[in-house]
Amino acid sequence: MSELAADLPGIPRDEVGPVFREPWEAQAFALTLALHRGGLFQWSEWVAMLAEEVARAQAAGDPDTGSTYYRHWLAALERMIAAKGISDAQAIQRYSDAWVHAARRTPHGSPIELLAADFQR
Amino acid sequence: MGDEHGHQHEHPDHSQLTEVQARVRALETILTEKGYVDPAALDHIVDAFQTKIGPRNGARLVARAWNDTRFKARLLANATDAANSMGFSSPVGAHLIAVENTIQTHNLVVCTLCSCYPWEVLGLPPVWYKSAPYRSRAVIEPRAVLAEFGVDLPVGTRVRVWDSTAETRFMVVPMRPSGTQGWSEERLATLVTRDSMIGTGTVNPP
Repeated sequence: MSELAADLPGIPRDEVGPVFREPWEAQAFALTLALHRGGLFQWSEWVAMLAEEVARAQAAGDPDTGSTYYRHWLAALERMIAAKGISDAQAIQRYSDAWVHAARRTPHGSPIELLAADFQR
Repeated sequence: MGDEHGHQHEHPDHSQLTEVQARVRALETILTEKGYVDPAALDHIVDAFQTKIGPRNGARLVARAWNDTRFKARLLANATDAANSMGFSSPVGAHLIAVENTIQTHNLVVCTLCSCYPWEVLGLPPVWYKSAPYRSRAVIEPRAVLAEFGVDLPVGTRVRVWDSTAETRFMVVPMRPSGTQGWSEERLATLVTRDSMIGTGTVNPP
């Protein structure tokens, strides 16, 4: 994994490999790595997609301090998934809204589970 | 980025997901439903980074507490304040409580997927921690669960299980192992594992 990270300028890392500020960042990283391992895209394709997303954010005034890195990562991953015809922005939004709804009806301390009813609002 | 974390805000009875957390879950659900990723494989990748979420803040807290009794008292009195006095890059959220293992009492922390897992001091949650069987069995038969993790407690040691609520998140201060007299804080910190701070492990002597 450290070799893959070496291709990514700006990735928050230590001497061994990537580091994460919050669990969702590690989840986003793992999703990307799993898709790459599954053969959905070459790592070089991913590097290019992510670089574009970072450049776009910087052009829009992102301070690029490292704290926003995985937001760009997530945006690039969503674009990659759309580019490969797996899903689109609208569907991702629908699932995302459903998860927010699922969390709201889940008592604190219980695992959050997504149900069909979370899509029907 | 403390605003990603539900516990920084009000404490409603229900769970909360921030926008980015919900988006990541959305992608995971879509990709799993369509067969592009296997959740077990994701867990495996994430678990490889268990110590990689920022510096090992919890281990440093424990090591300092072992070497400095005044700091230990402060940690046990208000873990959030004590942690934030260390100047970690990610501030530690509110309502963190440190519980101390002794020869009389072994503490075990349970919680589920929600944001009450104090990742700022413990790192990424272990895969098994998310499972419903772990949570329910830890409450019902903690000694059996501990034995499966290889923790054999003396007969006289009481097991206390802490279940996180909307107001509390827990970390365990494990017992200092023998053979570490005179060790520096930095050296001691290398011995402290994530599992020892959840209570499913102990700190082995060097």
